[in-house]
This record gives sequence, C-alpha cells and structure tokens, in this order.
Amino acid sequence: MTQPMIEIEDLSISFGLGKDRVDAVKNVSFTVAPGESYGLVGESGSGKSTILRALAGLNPFWSGHMAITGQKLGAKRPRALRRLVQMVFQDPFGSLHPKHTVDRILSEPLTIHGFDDVETRVRAALDRVGLGPVFRFRYPHQLSGGQRQRVAIARALILEPKVVLLDEPTSALDVSIQAEVLNLLTDLRQQLGLTYVLVSHDLGVVAHMCSRLSIMRTGEVVETASADELSEGRLLHAYSRQLLIASRGYDTAAIAAFGDF
Amino acid sequence: MTDWAIAVTPPRWRRWLLAETPHSRLQARLSRTYLSWVTFARNPLAMLGLIIVGILVFLALFAPWIAPHNPIAGDLGNRLQPPGESHWLGTDQQGRDIWSRIIFGSRTTLLIIFMVAITAAPVGIAIGATAGYLGGKTEAILMRLTDAFLAFPKLVLALAFAAALGPGIENAVLAIALTSWPPYARIARAETLTVRSTDFVAAARLSGASDLRILIGHIMPMCMPSLIVRVSLDMAGVILIAAGLGFLGLGVAPPQPEWGAMVSEGRTQILEQWWVCTYPGVAIFVVSLGFNLIGDGLRDVLDPREG
Repeated sequence: MTQPMIEIEDLSISFGLGKDRVDAVKNVSFTVAPGESYGLVGESGSGKSTILRALAGLNPFWSGHMAITGQKLGAKRPRALRRLVQMVFQDPFGSLHPKHTVDRILSEPLTIHGFDDVETRVRAALDRVGLGPVFRFRYPHQLSGGQRQRVAIARALILEPKVVLLDEPTSALDVSIQAEVLNLLTDLRQQLGLTYVLVSHDLGVVAHMCSRLSIMRTGEVVETASADELSEGRLLHAYSRQLLIASRGYDTAAIAAFGDF
Repeated sequence: MTDWAIAVTPPRWRRWLLAETPHSRLQARLSRTYLSWVTFARNPLAMLGLIIVGILVFLALFAPWIAPHNPIAGDLGNRLQPPGESHWLGTDQQGRDIWSRIIFGSRTTLLIIFMVAITAAPVGIAIGATAGYLGGKTEAILMRLTDAFLAFPKLVLALAFAAALGPGIENAVLAIALTSWPPYARIARAETLTVRSTDFVAAARLSGASDLRILIGHIMPMCMPSLIVRVSLDMAGVILIAAGLGFLGLGVAPPQPEWGAMVSEGRTQILEQWWVCTYPGVAIFVVSLGFNLIGDGLRDVLDPREG
C-alpha cells in the first residue's frame, strides 16, 4: 500500500479547562491518499473546521496522531513541512489583508521561503487561477468576492503545497460564482496532483468535489461513505440520510419527518 | 465617485492616479494616497486646520526672514508699546517685538510636537501591538507597565523632571513623551486584539511568517489609522502642556522666545498692556485648534471601520 498523504488517528481537540471544557472533536480517524479529495460534512459546530485548523497548524490544542507524507506533526512544525499544507479560507473578505496589494499577498510567502524568480511565479500564479496581470497591483477592496477567492487560492498554491485544505471555499460567494470556483479547484487538483480536504455543510458540493467523505456531528464521525454511495443515497446512519434530504431543498413533508439528534 | 468622471478629460497625472488597474507598486500606493487626500480635501474644516499648521511650519522654517525685529535683543526705550505700525502686535516689558517673538516661538512649539510624536507613538504601538499579539504573561506585564505610566499626571511628572534635570526643551520633551505613550499602547493593543484572530493573520502564519514579520507587516498597519488620528488630536494637548511648562518657567531658557513663557511674562500687566499676553495666547489657541481640526479630518479619512 502506498504511503497515505494524510493520516489522522484518534484526533481529539478541546477548548477550555475544567467545567468550561468543550470537546470540539472526539477520537476522529481517517486517511487520505495522495491526489485524493476528501470531504468533511456536517452542520455548524460539528468540529469539521476545527479539524482543518489543527491540520493546518493553527490550533495547537490537540491530542492524537497526525502525519503528512509520513512526517509526524508536532506542536512546532518546521518551515519546510508547513509549506506542504496550505489553506483556503471561507470568507474571502477576511482572508486577504486589506492594506496589501495582490502582488504583496502573493510575493510575501515566496520571500519567506526564499524562492527565487518571485516575479515570474507571481505572474504564473495569477494566470493559473484565471486572473490576468491587470489584477496584480490592486487592493482587495478593488476586487469582487470571486476574484478575491481566486487570489486566496493563488496564495495557497504559490508555495507549491501537496495538501490544500478548503474551508467552505464557496459558501461566502454568489451562487453563479460558486460553480466557477469549484471547477477551478477541480482543474487545479488534476493539473498539480494536489490532495484536498474539503469542509462543507453542503452535500452537493462535496459530492461534486470528493471521492470519499466523513459525515460529522458534535465532534464525532457518524459515517464514512464514498461519493457513489452518497449520490445513490446509500447512507446508513439516519442523521446522514436526513442531511441528504435537507440538501435537496425545502420540502414540508420531509422537514416534518425530521428527528432531533 | 462620478464627479471626476464627468469632468472634460482630466489631466494625465490624474488619470494615472485614478487608474482602475495600476501597473506598479508605486502607482497602487500613490493612487490610494491620492484618494485619501481627495476625501480629506473635501472637508473644509480639516483644510482650515491644515492651512493653520502649514502656516506654522512656514513661519518656523523661515523665521529669520519673516520676523521684522530681533526676537531677543530688546529696546528699553520702546517698552510696552501698544500694537502699531512699527510693532504690529506691540512690544513687551523689555521692548522686544511680540510678533517676532511669536514667529520664533513657533520653532520651539513645532520642535516639541515633532519630538513627542516621533518618540511616544512608536513606543506606544510597539508595546501595545506586542502585548496584544503575544497575549499571556507578556501582555500582563506590558499592560501593567502601561497602566503605571498612565497613572502619572503629565504636568506633575514634567515638573519633577525639570526640577531634577533642570529646565530645557529636551527635558520637557522627555517628560511629555514619557507620559504620552500609554494611551497609544492601549489603542494599539485594542486594534491588535481585533486583528490577530482574523483569517489574513492565520494565512500569514500558514505561509511561514515569523511573529515579528506578522507584527510589523500585518498587524501594525492595521493599528496605524486610529493611532495617527489619536496622535494628531493629542498634539493640541502637547502644545498646551509645553506652554504650561513655559508658563511655569520650566520650558526653554529665558531669553529664547516661547509662547507659554511670553504669556507668563505679561501676566502682571494683563489689564493695562493686554497685548503682551493676549497675542501669544491667541497663537497657542489657534495652533491647538488647527491640530484638532486636522485630527477630525483624518478620522473621517482613516476610519478603520471603512475598510
């Protein structure tokens, strides 16, 4: 068996101490193969984004085992390992520094990691996400939501990572833009051989993007399924089926039949 | 946004500044600055403040050429002359021309303001942003230090300094700067707390940026607008304290002209020879007002919540 790109075993994440302690993620395990796209689905507060942030190294309060390309992740991670995992955030209005130009946003990571040819790489990165050189010296407030998210994707890719973590990358965008961005992400994964972990509350998005997924609720994985099982509606757990019905749109009869979990 | 579009072909430099797609870092930055300036210039009171401070700077720079008389050498035969043709604002009890002394006094005022601004503001932002970003013990120590300095009354500390180190402009600046930075540290910390948990800081951390790089490159620029506004509004207070020190004889050494000291010299004959202390007082008032107006104008332009 080939080395998995991402291994997560028995991951638990909690916030606070004593009686304020909240267990956001409880004993979650999954592995993602190289080039695979893995989905984490669940309602707000189910802990899916928390897993992503821990994997990105933004949340040090976790226990269990996490590894990327076989390298174990600790509390401090070396810069070279950090480069391998990049993230696209949910809100493109909050993830770009309002006082930095697109040029600076894209070139700063390159400078930090000592890449040469910053100029060419910045141009190539903009090109890759479908933004021309005209956008290079604009400030974020001069861009639309979709353009901002493209810049955020370009920033995530500029360090040539192996793993890209997508935290609801389209939920803050107009419906008409969502498909464009999702297709862009799919194309980039194929071109660059990236591994994705996609967090979403939208089963439709996950079905479109991912080959396997975990359905989460209150910090636990309820069910793990493949994209085929999802599209054929072959989900085992009642909560998963309810989520699937909810994703098909509003239906009075269906809503009335909902149970509380 | 549309009013410049209507104008018949704006000049080329303006089109360059307002270009939708800047072609270089420099153009992007200048364009941003120009747009801020347009907003600022639309505010007539702010422009009035800018003109007042502009005149102050002009007077200070060209004092020897503008002043009609020597500000230090008096003519005892011409003591306490009322305002008239040869002495526009009259003379003081040593026969010195008050208008010339006000002009030279502007140098002292401006120097004190400048020195306080370039010492207190950087110290404040460095301490506040570091405390807010690192949190924990560092924050507790730095902010208690700030509170301790905040508890000193400015004028009393300045008096103590002048008494211990002797009167002089350096000691006045030191005393004012030491008591001015704590509010800046608090503002910087408050701004930092709202910024440090944003996604763009998380993204910077993901890209491998060090804490120092994040502090200087990502967090401090977000603190600057409110800090600039606060510093410019505080300038009026600095002028008043400087004048107060001068009034108490703890500012500049006596023959040198200083507005506060001039008011003090005239206070014995304030009713008979009113011009001796009135005109320096008016100068202090007008310049303080100018800085306040600029501060208000800047607040409209730089309001961080405008994004």
